[in-house]
Amino acid sequence: MELALVLEKFILVAIIFGISLVTAMYSTYAERKVAAFLQDRVGPNRAGPFGIFQPMADGAKMFMKEEIIPTQSSGLLFIVGPSLAILTACIGSAVIPWGQKLTIGSRVIDLQVTDINVGILYIFGVVSLGVYGIMIGGWASNNKYSLLGAIRAASQNISYEIAMGLSIIALLMLTGTLSLRQIAEQQHGFWSNGWFTWNVFRQPLGFIIFIICAFAETNRSPFDLPECETELVGGYHTEYSSMKLGFYLFAEYINMFISSAVMATLYFGGFNFPFMHHLGLSENLVTILGVVALFIKIIFFIFFFMWVRWTIPRFRYDQLMDLGWKVLIPLAIANIVLTGVFATIFK
Amino acid sequence: MSLFYFVAFLSVFFSLLVIFSKNPVHSVLYLILTFFTFTIHYFLLNAQFLGIVNFIVYMGAILVLFLYTLMLMNLNTETEPVKSNLLKIIGVIGGGCLLVTLIASLKISGNTEPVILRDPNLGLVKNLGKVLFHQFLLPFEVSSILLLSAMVGAVLLAKKES
Amino acid sequence: MQHISNAIQTIPLNHYILLSAIIFSIGVMGVLIRRNAIVIFMSVELMLNSVNLLLTVFSIYRNDAAGQVFVFFVMALAAAEVAVGLAIIVMIYRNTNTIDINVLNRLKW
Repeated sequence: MELALVLEKFILVAIIFGISLVTAMYSTYAERKVAAFLQDRVGPNRAGPFGIFQPMADGAKMFMKEEIIPTQSSGLLFIVGPSLAILTACIGSAVIPWGQKLTIGSRVIDLQVTDINVGILYIFGVVSLGVYGIMIGGWASNNKYSLLGAIRAASQNISYEIAMGLSIIALLMLTGTLSLRQIAEQQHGFWSNGWFTWNVFRQPLGFIIFIICAFAETNRSPFDLPECETELVGGYHTEYSSMKLGFYLFAEYINMFISSAVMATLYFGGFNFPFMHHLGLSENLVTILGVVALFIKIIFFIFFFMWVRWTIPRFRYDQLMDLGWKVLIPLAIANIVLTGVFATIFK
Repeated sequence: MSLFYFVAFLSVFFSLLVIFSKNPVHSVLYLILTFFTFTIHYFLLNAQFLGIVNFIVYMGAILVLFLYTLMLMNLNTETEPVKSNLLKIIGVIGGGCLLVTLIASLKISGNTEPVILRDPNLGLVKNLGKVLFHQFLLPFEVSSILLLSAMVGAVLLAKKES
Repeated sequence: MQHISNAIQTIPLNHYILLSAIIFSIGVMGVLIRRNAIVIFMSVELMLNSVNLLLTVFSIYRNDAAGQVFVFFVMALAAAEVAVGLAIIVMIYRNTNTIDINVLNRLKW
């Protein structure tokens, strides 16, 4: 473990962390702009040209607000909740391959923090930890609404994790590896051997199940029952104010970013783009274009998240459970069986 | 090497807090930390698959269920049933006796060989999958029936009689 | 992964057994001194986990993957056990409004 490698990884982590935060910040802006677009309004347009400084203004407001810790809350856990939420949101990015290898001078830089060979399971574990931030925060607030929000978050996350895991299993049957980099590399280019290489064309049903579960896991509308403001007055973050509330909101946007990146890597070819090796470009340029391609896919998915939020109304709680247990899980199991049959026939 | 002793200390410390904290919700949170230290132990042994499965199954599913149940019943320190101090002391002595017996038998066996990882691939998914699906195929299938029956049993138990 | 395998080379098997024994005993103590059914249940989980760790260590020590597969089965069992056990506890709570195990020595209510 030489020093240069440590330094390289450190810089990579810092860049990814920065990009996650900036993306999350501008997602709040994008959310308001997309909402305005879908509702035929203008949206934020006062701070700077087209309101692009709005996130900074919001951030400053969050920091300046009065910090209120309810006297009846359980002190330390009240602070641990939002910290855990943002921590689990951030560590997921460690195994995502952001691009191919970059050659600078004689040094080959891998645009991935670490390529552990249980990459998907790691993502899955981090996602399943994400619910603790909400549960602890909701419980520590010592408030009925928050507690209800926390309970809803727990049952929702556990229910949809099963369907998510089953949909990933069908994908893994085709890829034969758990490493995200290898999965991304298997989807090289766009077309080979008479069929698309991207996994979404081989696992369309699996992708649909996965994206629905991703909505539920990130607590995005139409699955935002833990925080629905009309019945639970904000749910698990009712009692939170100032930057602690900011952390919860931020964690949601970072989760959205990370799950978009995971979806792009697993199903939409990650850093691959069509004709990547037929244009006669140098390796480094292809890599950089690959990173750009990945970010275009991510931004599309983030837009999709927002599009759905402002289009579809929230589920009722029993509808949510019915969808998870009676529709998605049987569909995911059927998908596994179908994948097995097809994989044996077209071997 | 010293990392192992540090993590081992943390495991013992947090597991003591699990059984001695008054509030059951705090107990669950300390149990989460204990299981996290176990995950670190697995990774130190290069049993990557078990480490990550421990992470997902125990921390991600089982303890969320515990926490969920506790929150559903809204239990806290006031509703916590307390045993008398005499019974507590007797319980600790009983557990201590078990520990002393175990340590004594360990001393008699007198094994001081170090744990050596001869095959670094031992705990990886590929290797474990091969063993699981060749040598242990029948137990694997039977465990799926166990999970199914547990699911049916849990649904049946939790269902309200109308 | 070389540095990880180097890290465990110097730890005697004894110390792993000792750690597992201590945590197992703590689990036993938890069962003995608590009256809350859920905390007792958690102590049982603690005991299961200490055994899991020991199985993994022995699997590494003997260079045999069967031990780790066994841990996998124990985890599947634990998941099933928790699902049924918590359902039973919820039922008890619904009927008696408490999860104190001392209430359960009555044969009817």
